[in-house]
Amino acid sequence: MAVLQLEEITMEFGGLRALDLVDIKVEEQQIYGIIGPNGAGKTTLFNIITGIYLPTGGRVVFKDCLLNKMHPWDVARQGIGRTFQNIRLFNKLSVLDNVRVGSHGVSKSGFFGSMLGLPGSRREERIIMEKAQQLLELVGLGDKKLEYADNLAYGEQRRLEIARAMALNPSLLLLDEPAAGMNSTEKAELMELIWKIRNEMQLTIILVEHDMNLVMNICEQIAVLDYGRKIADGPPEVVKNDERVIQSYLGAEA
Amino acid sequence: MDALISQYIDPYYLRILMLIGINIILALGLNLITGVTGQLSMGHAGFMSIGAYTSAILSMQMGSPFFLSLLAGAMAAAFFGFLIGIPTLRLEGDYLAMVTIGFAEIIRVFFLNFEPGGKAVGLSGIPQNTTFLLVWTLVIIIIILNAKLLNSRIGRAFYAIRENEIAAEASGINSTRLKVLAFTAGASLAGLGGGLYAHYMYFIRPQDFAFMKSIELLNMVVLGGMGSIPGTILGSVILTLLPEMLRIVAEYRLLFYGALLVILMIFRPNGLLGDVRVYDIKKKLQGKKVGLWQSSN
Repeated sequence: MAVLQLEEITMEFGGLRALDLVDIKVEEQQIYGIIGPNGAGKTTLFNIITGIYLPTGGRVVFKDCLLNKMHPWDVARQGIGRTFQNIRLFNKLSVLDNVRVGSHGVSKSGFFGSMLGLPGSRREERIIMEKAQQLLELVGLGDKKLEYADNLAYGEQRRLEIARAMALNPSLLLLDEPAAGMNSTEKAELMELIWKIRNEMQLTIILVEHDMNLVMNICEQIAVLDYGRKIADGPPEVVKNDERVIQSYLGAEA
Repeated sequence: MDALISQYIDPYYLRILMLIGINIILALGLNLITGVTGQLSMGHAGFMSIGAYTSAILSMQMGSPFFLSLLAGAMAAAFFGFLIGIPTLRLEGDYLAMVTIGFAEIIRVFFLNFEPGGKAVGLSGIPQNTTFLLVWTLVIIIIILNAKLLNSRIGRAFYAIRENEIAAEASGINSTRLKVLAFTAGASLAGLGGGLYAHYMYFIRPQDFAFMKSIELLNMVVLGGMGSIPGTILGSVILTLLPEMLRIVAEYRLLFYGALLVILMIFRPNGLLGDVRVYDIKKKLQGKKVGLWQSSN
């Protein structure tokens, strides 16, 4: 059964049609890649899934639940975590606090419980703390807990974003250009990390990425967008050899 | 106890200590809204005046007990904080600042024309129930509760909204609800401070709560360091003492006051304690026990 189903998604900004009747179906525990030239609508698609934009047309169905008109925070609470293309961290908070904020959607201590330190919220704090420590170890930032987020190196910031998204206990993780700005060692580590997350936590991952090596290696299904239209989808071998994809994005072999 | 205190402390200094305490309460409220959650509010004196008038009128004209008046003042201000919090769902930065200025002005003009509040003359003969002990007990309780709040799930969410609203929402934070919450909580502290002020000063007038008072409170938060509890306390102490110390320069007082602020902001643009790394201090002190205070840096 498909975890996430996008049906005829259309998005118009004024006269500009950023997405045009896009259908995408992501299966349970798949690593799904979305590729395409700049401006093809990849990030717009992520913003529609996560409730930042309301699509002009079409339906977003996540586990039998219609997401279309949900607020971003409600989408997050459904179990969809994401990272951002242009890193969005809480710069003046510690690395640890960044991840602890990530648990907001799956915890519930209220104003008075928090302020008075009632037993329930103290217990919850301990769980949040433990979870954050684990996630930081997982992404290799265990020794940087107390740094400010904006003091981290670029690659570290990307990994911190992943840890923060994971703190939501998501069943679907959206990664927006996770490898951007990384060197090849970091990319290899990132690939390991993505595999590990998928296998250990049994979640579904959708990623937007420009690094073809990474995408072709890691993704089981790929959709190609061009000018807001889906021009191909399928497993990497199929997409790689698709005539239209080569023409509009990959470029012909020299 | 208070008799004892007034025996040993010069009334002039006692008065300054009282005002410092009240200002700390007011500024900590504004810190929640502007410093922590990042919603620029320039009408904090408006909430203060609601607390002051509500409690004063209750005490004087309804014979309500002091504590009940204080509570009612805080609640009334909280209610208006909630109301003014709602437009913040749509407004940001400068626009929000304008709305809060407008709100505080409306409140001031309302009290200028409010018969039970004595119109422009104000209210006098308010029972002087605010004691040194009460003010400073409240200050300590409020500091503790504030620190606990800021180092909790809700406090971290406040900071997250300030730092990056979109990322905060993607983490499941209902930014709308939490901004209104910050306004309500901050306004209730302003109301409480206003009530204490009224029952200390004996008389209040609408111009006590004019725009300059809002700016003064905002200065305390900004000078000390946005979002920092120790910073806000330090800012309140300095900006309460400064005008007193500048009495020697008489009519040039405001000039010096302004110049000092400008100089301070040039050399410490993040506020006095805004970029003090509590993280580093903690790391050095106790490498192991992390995560207790990093939010309330």
